[in-house]
Amino acid sequence: MNTKKVAYLGLFIALAFVLSYVEFLLPLSIGIPGAKIGLANLVVMVALYTIGNKNAFLLSLVRVILVGLTFGNLAMMIYSMAGAMLSFLVMIIAKRTKLFSITGVSVLGGVFHNVGQILVAMLVLDTASLIYYLPFLIVIGTISGIVIGVISGMITARVGRLFDIK
Amino acid sequence: MKKNDIILIICILVVAGLVIAMTRFTNQTKNGDEAVAVVTIDGIEYARYPLDKDVTETIEISDNNYNVISIHDGQCEISDASCPDQICVYHNPIENNGQTIVCLPNRLVVTIENGSDNDIDGATY
Repeated sequence: MNTKKVAYLGLFIALAFVLSYVEFLLPLSIGIPGAKIGLANLVVMVALYTIGNKNAFLLSLVRVILVGLTFGNLAMMIYSMAGAMLSFLVMIIAKRTKLFSITGVSVLGGVFHNVGQILVAMLVLDTASLIYYLPFLIVIGTISGIVIGVISGMITARVGRLFDIK
Repeated sequence: MKKNDIILIICILVVAGLVIAMTRFTNQTKNGDEAVAVVTIDGIEYARYPLDKDVTETIEISDNNYNVISIHDGQCEISDASCPDQICVYHNPIENNGQTIVCLPNRLVVTIENGSDNDIDGATY
């Protein structure tokens, strides 16, 4: 990892951290636990398309730990870790198949973030009734995925080459 | 956006819509028994409160955490809680079969059993 990579990764992590804080200040209270806009995913998406899979994964991992320790508790950290890891895995696969543009990848990421969270919450709480939330969370994940995907597509197209460090 | 993206989005929304429709269909009730609010903590059943009796009770959870469950007018709600996000407190009162209030931080789940069918809107889950 050269100096440039370290600097960019630090920059991206800081950005993701700040966006998570913004999201924390503006909670989306619609009565569904785990429903979020996913602003920080914007940074993960841009990172995925500029500084490469491995760095984007590191970014995602560090962000969840930092945000969990700062704003949440251990339980929340476990939920978001499960969501982040599953969604990252799906996004990598979707990106590699080259079937989808950045928007499609982002939609899949948003959907599977929620799927991962609900699955872990079902395991932790040992209750199947949470599955009722899943379709609604999937719809929310799709909508936020579209928004995040379109915006990160714009960002990548404009400033992506600045981060060309692969 | 590529054509595949749009196909993907439509597929996801259709599947989610079907699941919502299915849960509403299969959620037919066994009426006859009285409706109860079942409180579960950490997956273990803690208590059952019939919905036809008004009651307010504080449920103590480990580490000084608590949820106050309140039943009135045949509806059940969490009126106060120690959790940081307060999602359970903001949740609308529940009364229909299968409706759930979840407090993730306190690992508490309230579900209605044997309630009447939800004939208003599935989105209130």
